[in-house]
Amino acid sequence: MKLDDVPQDHSSTYGGHCKLVYAVDASGHYQGAQSDGWEPEAFATQMAVAELQEQEAEALAAWQRGELSPLKCLMYRYRLDEPALAQITGLWQWRIRRHFRPNIYPKLSAAILARYAEAFGLPVEQLITYQKDLA
Amino acid sequence: MSSFQQPFQHQQSAHCESGVMASLLTHAGLPMSEPMAFGLASSLAFAYLPIVKLSGMPLVAYRMPPKYLIKTLSKRLGAKLHARTFSNPEQGRRELDAALDSGRLAGLQSSVFWLPYFPAEMRFHFNAHNLLAYGREGNEYLISDPVFEQPVRCAVEDLQKARFAKGALAAKGLMYWLDDVPLEQDWSKLIRQSVLSTTRILDGMPLPWIGVRGIQHLAKQIDKLDPAQSKYNRLYLTHIVRMQEEIGTGGAGFRFMYASFLQEAGEKLGDSSLQEASAQLTAIGDNWRQFASACVRASRNKGETPNFAPIAESLRGIALQERGLMKELAAWSKR
Repeated sequence: MKLDDVPQDHSSTYGGHCKLVYAVDASGHYQGAQSDGWEPEAFATQMAVAELQEQEAEALAAWQRGELSPLKCLMYRYRLDEPALAQITGLWQWRIRRHFRPNIYPKLSAAILARYAEAFGLPVEQLITYQKDLA
Repeated sequence: MSSFQQPFQHQQSAHCESGVMASLLTHAGLPMSEPMAFGLASSLAFAYLPIVKLSGMPLVAYRMPPKYLIKTLSKRLGAKLHARTFSNPEQGRRELDAALDSGRLAGLQSSVFWLPYFPAEMRFHFNAHNLLAYGREGNEYLISDPVFEQPVRCAVEDLQKARFAKGALAAKGLMYWLDDVPLEQDWSKLIRQSVLSTTRILDGMPLPWIGVRGIQHLAKQIDKLDPAQSKYNRLYLTHIVRMQEEIGTGGAGFRFMYASFLQEAGEKLGDSSLQEASAQLTAIGDNWRQFASACVRASRNKGETPNFAPIAESLRGIALQERGLMKELAAWSKR
């Protein structure tokens, strides 16, 4: 990559920051250069974000319809999936899926909810409030 | 920080681990550029690991796994690496404070997701991000995050959460620093040793997912994509691009960084064959970027059915080029 080819596509995914990349000058000498975005990369990042947002919106709608507990929606909101959430909370995936059921969630103990609260970085009281809303 | 200590200089880097090590070594009195740190640790690689899943997608890596660079580089340079993890987060915080108060720099491993100074769209659950703490002020740590332009600040609670995030590659508060860095080095031996090791990683592993064979394996997977599964294909192809570009790969999956290392090494040894190898690798890096563009192009148009064969073919071309280059470098390093 030549210095002139270092992309400056003002990608919103960089949040106004610049990354350092290595590129060659006219005489073929390497140096560091800042890039404020590359369109193909931004597209890939936005696609991953959009996929999570779509899953979150679906789970949110299902929660509001009373078909799901809030956990699934929160899982996607905090950019997790079932295997990742299982690893962080130390719960089996089948237990997590069970906790997605709206009739099971209100029965969960504060200790279990605390594990989820830590994974999401939320106060456990908030998860307890959701239990009452569901009941 | 105490006043007699020489002030710490933040230096923006392309990649976190090599950036932290370059800063630690430079601060210790052994000037080290980031590409040099990356190359001397033989961190260039390729791996396609279908068993390790990241949000349902196979892991595609363009470098050696986290912590490899730190360990390998300090071993090769003969520096003493102290690394500690903590089962008790509170103790981890105390030890970090103590280290900073005594004027030491501390390398830290942490999760990107819980670092508030990262842009929201970059915050994914990646637990092996490296940064350098160089001081503290009130309730904030002074942090030199290698991928940022300027030093940043991070509240104590936030850094604590980031250091002790659980999950895959959990850092467990990993904190590391260097002692006894020898300032005299046998560069010729070091460079030959590290280049030879890279050629063995990229072309010489008896496994179909590592190195050049891994690239060929990925090409086969792209060939096999079912055009009917358009959503999966788009997620799959853009996933590869993200692995290749996102969060500090220096563009083109570290190929440019390694080319920069070869050039610097060539200048150090006054050896023109390394300069030629550097130019070749630059061309390979450009091909990687074109491959990334092609992946995104195929994911963009929803209407027409994309043709994956040329993408896979370009990847096979890259594999052949890398194999050729590795053979030349292997011959050079034994000369």
